[in-house]
Amino acid sequence: MGMTMTQKILAAHAGLPSVAAGQLIKAKLDLVLGNDITAPVAINEFEKAGFQTVTDGARITLVMDHFAPNKDIKAAEGCKKCRGFAKRFGLEHFYDVGEMGIEHALIPEKGLIAPGEAAIGADSHTCTYGALGAFSTGVGSTDMAAAMATGETWFKVPAAIKVNLTGKMGRWVSGKDVILHLIGLLGVDGALYQSLEFSGEGLQNLAMSDRLTIANMAIEAGAKNGIFAVDDTTRAYMAGRCDRDWTVYEADADAEYASVIDLDLATVPCTVAWPHLPENTHPATEGGDIEIDQVVIGSCTNGNIEDMAAAAELLKGRHIKKGLRGIVIPATPKIYMECIERGYTRIFLEAGCIVSTPTCGPCLGGHTGILAAGERAVSTTNRNFVGRMGHVESEVYLASPAVAAASAITGHISHPQEVVNI
Amino acid sequence: MNAHGTAIKYGDHIDTDVIIPARYLATQSPSELASHCMEDIDKSFVGRVQSGDILVAGVNFGCGSSREHAPIAIKASGISCVIAKSFARIFYRNAINIGLAILECEKASDGIAEGDDVSIDFDTGIITNNTKNESYQAQPFPDFIKQMIASGGLMASITGGGAQ
Repeated sequence: MGMTMTQKILAAHAGLPSVAAGQLIKAKLDLVLGNDITAPVAINEFEKAGFQTVTDGARITLVMDHFAPNKDIKAAEGCKKCRGFAKRFGLEHFYDVGEMGIEHALIPEKGLIAPGEAAIGADSHTCTYGALGAFSTGVGSTDMAAAMATGETWFKVPAAIKVNLTGKMGRWVSGKDVILHLIGLLGVDGALYQSLEFSGEGLQNLAMSDRLTIANMAIEAGAKNGIFAVDDTTRAYMAGRCDRDWTVYEADADAEYASVIDLDLATVPCTVAWPHLPENTHPATEGGDIEIDQVVIGSCTNGNIEDMAAAAELLKGRHIKKGLRGIVIPATPKIYMECIERGYTRIFLEAGCIVSTPTCGPCLGGHTGILAAGERAVSTTNRNFVGRMGHVESEVYLASPAVAAASAITGHISHPQEVVNI
Repeated sequence: MNAHGTAIKYGDHIDTDVIIPARYLATQSPSELASHCMEDIDKSFVGRVQSGDILVAGVNFGCGSSREHAPIAIKASGISCVIAKSFARIFYRNAINIGLAILECEKASDGIAEGDDVSIDFDTGIITNNTKNESYQAQPFPDFIKQMIASGGLMASITGGGAQ
């Protein structure tokens, strides 16, 4: 029986010739990740168990991104705990304010993950690195604590849904629209316990930024991981980022899939997920009557330079609607700098937006853009659950950077063509 | 090992943002987290939950964020077991790792109503609805997970029950 991409990576990390769906294995890890919310809980567990050493400090990464720059005293205490732990074990990959970016943008950017590697992170969007052909998945803090101590973790080998991509996305359509469309088809538990494996000739038409966004939201369909076949786009992205040798794992021709979805990228419309589940998808053109109070462009889902470029293209020379709050968050210091160099920062500020330091802030209702009762936001983030961005009676509409920028200009949910005639 | 309590019932896709909203995540204190448990979908939960009560839900319980604060808040509220048709996978791992009992059982999820008196025998996986005089067979854990629970959770299982 052949193996999927995910199964091959897991077999290699478990030291086994082959694995099958449902098998319980112990796998070595190349990256163990935590942030300022989840790592303090992990550190407590690590210390409570009495561990005196970490297995391999070079493989542990801590990123202070959720409530940082510290939103209050408790957040400051959490970051302080992480800082102390990093110092105690001499962790090289500890990213504090100034060096930190949103973890799932920062880690690929810095080459801390590579194709064929296996990663866990105490953050559900750790599945992002599947864009590079790595196996990566979100876990909790206790799993993180155990992995810091032992360098490995247990997995149940997942079955897979194959997504066979064909065609090319239309103008204004991006990876965000593709993944929202797919979640609309699958439902929020449609890929529960499974891998989403993306391949097919349409792959050549997806930039790395699109793939990162798609893999990032695999969890929103319940998936254990999302993973892309490695191709020239992957190799070009990795060039100069990582000096470790990495391995390409291809799915076997006779790999078994729980199901196969054929998706012609040309058929995907600009898509928006209405509250309160990411599966409540509609074409952006249906949102004309939905007035909004705030737009957020950023997050681990859409905070890359390509996302900033898509927003800047629409906001250049235009102003967001009077009374609407526009919040733009480049995901890392490098992306922030590039926004300055390319003139995007000026475009955003002249359009009436603010440009924030990197942070997860508003996405999870933490800080820097909380909604009041009855308010609505169009956001390029990843979840629109009840109360996700603030008050339980507020609403979040998930969209791409282009749709979010267009909506900021008009004040209601808008397809970009409502703003520009191309 | 057994549990006995009153059922508190919710629907499908109960996400970790409503189990414990992010605005409370700066703390790691179980009792402080419990004081805000479920407040974004049910403000009455904290006031009425009794030690031993059993939380019953539909599909995909615990979806969304990986925050371990969610099963910690539920456990510290006094809930003795969560029964659902299915669990989101990170929540499933987290619950086992911190020692919150969870059972997958579609029939129990359908059969148990809010306020029913429920008993659970974890050795057999049999859930008894004392109010309706019905019983339901839950899916037992794989042996691997049974062993982890028996040794006292994930951290105890990797330390061999003692500190290293």
